[in-house]
Amino acid sequence: MADVNRGNRPLSPHLQVYRPQLNSITSIFTRITGNALLVGMLLIVWWLLAAAIGPEAFATADGVLTSWFGDLVLFLSLWALWYHTLAGVQHLIWDFGHLMDIDSTDMLSWAVIGGSVVLTIVTVLVI
Amino acid sequence: MAFLTDRKRAEGMGSAKTGTQHAWSMKKSSVALLILIPLFVFTFGAALGGTYTEVLIYYSRPFPAIVAALTIVVSFKHFNDGFQTLVEDYVHGPWEKWLLLGMTCISYGAAGVGLFAIARLAL
Repeated sequence: MADVNRGNRPLSPHLQVYRPQLNSITSIFTRITGNALLVGMLLIVWWLLAAAIGPEAFATADGVLTSWFGDLVLFLSLWALWYHTLAGVQHLIWDFGHLMDIDSTDMLSWAVIGGSVVLTIVTVLVI
Repeated sequence: MAFLTDRKRAEGMGSAKTGTQHAWSMKKSSVALLILIPLFVFTFGAALGGTYTEVLIYYSRPFPAIVAALTIVVSFKHFNDGFQTLVEDYVHGPWEKWLLLGMTCISYGAAGVGLFAIARLAL
């Protein structure tokens, strides 16, 4: 295997070849939101640690999380969280072999997008 | 042959002979998070914005503390597995190993720190 020429082989077509479709975009956003949520979760762990350490540490962390920038990060994280959760449900449905035709996946994709916005607004109103 | 099930015939026939564990681990943590995330969003959301004393009192209650602890453990397992999927798709060679190593350190580290914080707040 070591002497095989790997430099000049045709590559399988990737993102730039395909016309964007609803289900490819929602799938890409599932990955982006999932990994981006790491930022919000690390902030929350920092906030909890600060609360466990004492009042001064808590004031610093709480100041960052409740600043306009912290609010923005947490608000976007909240939407990303609901989006990723609903998209995860979509994947669980697919894993059982249901709703895999194009019309159904389009319907599910819109449900994920719409549902994530509705859940985000509801959460902000409740909290 | 009549006694072999379809599954038994298929098992181990892929080129890697293995590999479903990661997908199954992802599946388990995703179902667990489906329950935990709504509980965590509304308990943490209720605590955030409170004063230092209010937060201490809130997280000394068993339910919010247990929900937060479980969410931290399961979500960082899920983060680690999910990040592995991302890295394996786009990064190859030594960097693949370094990134997986780094993310594993962050995941277990953050989960450990989070659990310590919850325990200290709750007890």
